Amino acid sequence: MSASTTTVDEPGLAPPTPGRPPAASPPVRRRGPRWRTLQALKGASFSLPFLAGFTLFVLVPIVMALRESVYSTKTSGLGFGGSTVTFVGADNLLRAGADTVFWAGMGRVGLYAVVVVPLTQVVSLGMALVLDAASRRVGARFRIALLLPYMVPGIVATMIWIYLYSPVVGPLHEFFELFGLDVNFYSSSLAWVSIGNLAVWGSIGFNMLILYGALQAVPHEIFEAARLDGASEARIAWSIKVPFVRGPLVLTSLLSIIGTLQIFNEPLLFRAVTPESITKDFTPAMMIFNQAFQVGNVNYATALSIVLALVVGAGSAVIYRFLNRSEP
Amino acid sequence: MSRAAVRRSADEPTAAEARGASRWFVLAVLVALAAYAVGPLWWLVVAATKSNGQLYTTNGLWFADFRLSENLATLFTYQDGIFGLWLWNTVVYSTLGSLGLTAVSLAAGYGIAKYQYRGRALTMGLIIGSFLIPGSLMIVPSFVLFSRIGIYDTIWAMILPGMFGSFSVYLAKVYAEGAVPSELIEAARIDGAGEYRIFASIAARLMGTAGATIFLLHFVASWNTFMWPLVFLKGAEKWPVMLGLYSWLQRGTDSTVDLTSLVVTGSLISTIPMVALMIAMQRYWRSGVTIGSLK
Repeated sequence: MSASTTTVDEPGLAPPTPGRPPAASPPVRRRGPRWRTLQALKGASFSLPFLAGFTLFVLVPIVMALRESVYSTKTSGLGFGGSTVTFVGADNLLRAGADTVFWAGMGRVGLYAVVVVPLTQVVSLGMALVLDAASRRVGARFRIALLLPYMVPGIVATMIWIYLYSPVVGPLHEFFELFGLDVNFYSSSLAWVSIGNLAVWGSIGFNMLILYGALQAVPHEIFEAARLDGASEARIAWSIKVPFVRGPLVLTSLLSIIGTLQIFNEPLLFRAVTPESITKDFTPAMMIFNQAFQVGNVNYATALSIVLALVVGAGSAVIYRFLNRSEP
Repeated sequence: MSRAAVRRSADEPTAAEARGASRWFVLAVLVALAAYAVGPLWWLVVAATKSNGQLYTTNGLWFADFRLSENLATLFTYQDGIFGLWLWNTVVYSTLGSLGLTAVSLAAGYGIAKYQYRGRALTMGLIIGSFLIPGSLMIVPSFVLFSRIGIYDTIWAMILPGMFGSFSVYLAKVYAEGAVPSELIEAARIDGAGEYRIFASIAARLMGTAGATIFLLHFVASWNTFMWPLVFLKGAEKWPVMLGLYSWLQRGTDSTVDLTSLVVTGSLISTIPMVALMIAMQRYWRSGVTIGSLK
């Protein structure tokens, strides 16, 4: 509606000049520097509650993490005589960096993420293309059904699938028995497949609709031109539509790979029903949880958290770099 | 602008649509996908109507004796009705946390978007930088912090930390830039309104959509949260519903009491409000999620 009014004094466009009101305020001449300072202070005060909370709940814990990781807490005797805290420098971090159990977990989730995330995206894209090529009205009729899994709380979704996989209550085991297959979804060899299917279930319909929406934004004149030039529908999909959504697709894939490295809830719930195949150190986040709250070694758990954060943070930083370069 | 033109041409049959075979193929794919999406939820609904014994003996995908009301009665009376308490806790944590987050984020986003001051760039830097902090780094040091400041194992551990989300501030800032015209602020100033009054009675209203999106996204996230209460709440009477269901799932497998039917019915009951809310407020979360995932 007011496109002209909002672009005139877009604050982001003007270089930040401290202590100055926005450029497009005409009666500035009658206001002195004191008014301007006061106004700037009031403007800054709007973000004060956020900054205070952010400092306490984000910055302080990060500083504490760094502090905790350079100490070691030893309980003397049988836990009666209190505990002694000694400074150990980088020992915890070095131990965490060389912890084979931790890196085995990282390897498991890394492999899982690298398989499941692209698989989800490619299948979603394929279906979005099918939908886009055929009809624009059919998709709308299926929208709510396809979005339902996305609305179900993650814990409930995991529980539903745990029961579906179950050899006693679940229908899936029976179904595979029809073909003479005795599939144990809880076994350690199938655990990641079981978790992967549940992740795919939760996200595929939603991803497909997001991509379908992005495809609808492609100007249709291009397709007409391509058809006139003799391009097939498949060729149009591959050479016009896919490049159009490739940017967001790569970005979301990379971001969800990063997020998946921290997977915790799903394997923990599986552990509740099948502790022999899902160990307590199955994923890095589970190992941190175990070290901190079951073993009680907060110092070492913090060191492990820092190593995980470094891996995740380095990955994210690379993605943001890549993103800033590829997008104008 | 040209949206109407695009829509019109979109309604005309495309070349592929004219071919019947591909149309049936698409329909088959969609039906299969919808069955995959809805099937597990169908199982949940059916299972919630069965007695514990029939869960094991009857076909999982069809009804047996309809015992939903008995199951609900058991669910809400087991352990002195602790499930009702869990639901209530979830509502309280989600509502208070989301209200706080919305107020804090709208104010901060508005201030950053509409004022020039020293430190503005630093604030934005902190916000963007914090996108890179993985959640798993925070959990152990937060535990140490909460123990020290005395909010460990209190409801404040569930409400306060969620109120300072940098993504919500970012969302509010982007929205304020587009939705609050500076001319309007200037006009209100000339009429003698103070800066805070302008925000409270003009800007906050113009930012209503952003507020609803922030509220909804956090409400849903907070309803579904699991690791946080698992670490920070010891007493079962303070648990939110997801953690309570997990405790039943865990006990159901390592003791003589079979809680499966309770977990199933409880899962259904705790999911219905989310599905109802998400369907009713589609336009808010779909825009919010799109900003988050594609931009």
